[in-house]
Amino acid sequence: MESLLNRYRNLTVLLAVILLQLLLVAYQVRTGADVPLLRIWAVNLVVPPGRILENVRSSAVRWWTEYVFLTGARRENRRLQQELDRLRMENRHLRSELGTAERAQALSLFRAQIPSQTVAARVVAAAAGVNSKVVFVDRGASSGVRTGMAVINAEGLIGKVTAAYPSVSQVMLLTAEGFSAGVIGGQNRVQGILKGLGGTECGVYYIHSDEDIKPGDWFYTSGEDRIFPRGLPVGHVKSAGGEKVFKDIVLIPASLSRGIEEVLIVTSPVHQSLPDEQPAPGNAPLMAPPARDPSTASKAEPAHAPPALETDADRLLGRYRKKAESRGAPYGDNDAAAGSAPPVPPPKPLRP
Amino acid sequence: MNENDQFWLPGVSRRKQRRRTRLWVMLAAPVMAILFQTYAPLLAGVFSYLELPLLMVIYFSAGRRSPIGGLLAGAAVGLAQDALSHRPIGLLGMVKTIAGYAASSLGLRLDTDNPLVRFFLAGFFFAGHQLLFWILRRALLNDPASPALAATFLAAVVNGALAVPLFHALDKLRENP
Repeated sequence: MESLLNRYRNLTVLLAVILLQLLLVAYQVRTGADVPLLRIWAVNLVVPPGRILENVRSSAVRWWTEYVFLTGARRENRRLQQELDRLRMENRHLRSELGTAERAQALSLFRAQIPSQTVAARVVAAAAGVNSKVVFVDRGASSGVRTGMAVINAEGLIGKVTAAYPSVSQVMLLTAEGFSAGVIGGQNRVQGILKGLGGTECGVYYIHSDEDIKPGDWFYTSGEDRIFPRGLPVGHVKSAGGEKVFKDIVLIPASLSRGIEEVLIVTSPVHQSLPDEQPAPGNAPLMAPPARDPSTASKAEPAHAPPALETDADRLLGRYRKKAESRGAPYGDNDAAAGSAPPVPPPKPLRP
Repeated sequence: MNENDQFWLPGVSRRKQRRRTRLWVMLAAPVMAILFQTYAPLLAGVFSYLELPLLMVIYFSAGRRSPIGGLLAGAAVGLAQDALSHRPIGLLGMVKTIAGYAASSLGLRLDTDNPLVRFFLAGFFFAGHQLLFWILRRALLNDPASPALAATFLAAVVNGALAVPLFHALDKLRENP
């Protein structure tokens, strides 16, 4: 037997080693137990060198990427810089587009609120010349624009159309020399004449020095000029002084404070009422549209009751009403004339 | 033609040509191979197809030309691999024990210094190792994994190709006669 084992010693050892391992596997599979000691040894043998290797590798990679591969970094930096420039330009363009959309939306809301019929237009050019106070808008005679029509935006009065070409119109801004409009103080209802001073401001003339006008007071269009519908914000008083018969009042226009891009051309003006409250400077309120419901309108204000402030045209209209009533026929009380009708027939545009 | 020029010689003749490797190389090389096996696949998945511990077992077993030494070396390396795996300890131990024994037995009769022999030896042992491992998994653990013959064949070729320069590098660490 011993000689047999010696003869097949290698094979015997092989079978013994395999048998031992087979028993080990069988024990683990059958009992579900593990051989933790062997695993711990193996892990302790492998993990520390692995950690060192990983540190060496990461250091080498960092050294390579941060020091050796600088040419690639510079190229990447240039590419990123170009990308950043492009994105900045795109961002600027999108901001501009967003601003345009917001202005257009505000103008659209304002247009829906005011009773006058308007045509939206965009400023496309300014007149050539230093400190020019004339601009061109992209709506002309083909869109119903006529010379003398008022031009407004959500902030208030902008100017008036001085020439209507087929597809464009020329607009004189209210700050231009030669511009004039009838205005009325929002607080004490004192009336005056607005004139452009050629700069960034306007003057209000023919207001008696006894009137109480303070800086910050708001002025609105009075409607007396038969051009601009009554009630449009014009601007607030910057200074009011003078020792003569009339006050020297300087007005800061509300509509030009943020520049003008989109405007409304009033094709069929309707008077509005003046606000009762004094607005804060630089924050001209939008006026609510007149009530369209005749029953509500009659409850709120009798049809024949005199308005708080009458113009000559209103007084003329009152006489027409009285005459019509004396004949037994109502005058002008229909849906189309709801609110305050302008003193001229609607189909014809107003002219100075 | 002398004895060194022949691929096949009787075992007794080859036993005299036992390769003498430094002890630290015999210890460090398998450890490095196991380290590589546990670490390199994390960097690139393609490294998982390499079986460096098996190549170490083949190299040292075939060079020592001692079947008992070969099977013990194979068992040690296999058990270490098992200990680092999630499977029961002993599966790879058995496979590598057989591989070490077979490699040392073949080393008695083959010229394992020849590159071509090394290529085919490594490829053949890799394929056999994978096949035996698959059989044991199915038989002992009821593991339904497929043998993946095409991938195994390709990996056998790759390991055979790797064995040639790797064994050549290990030859440089031999003791001078």
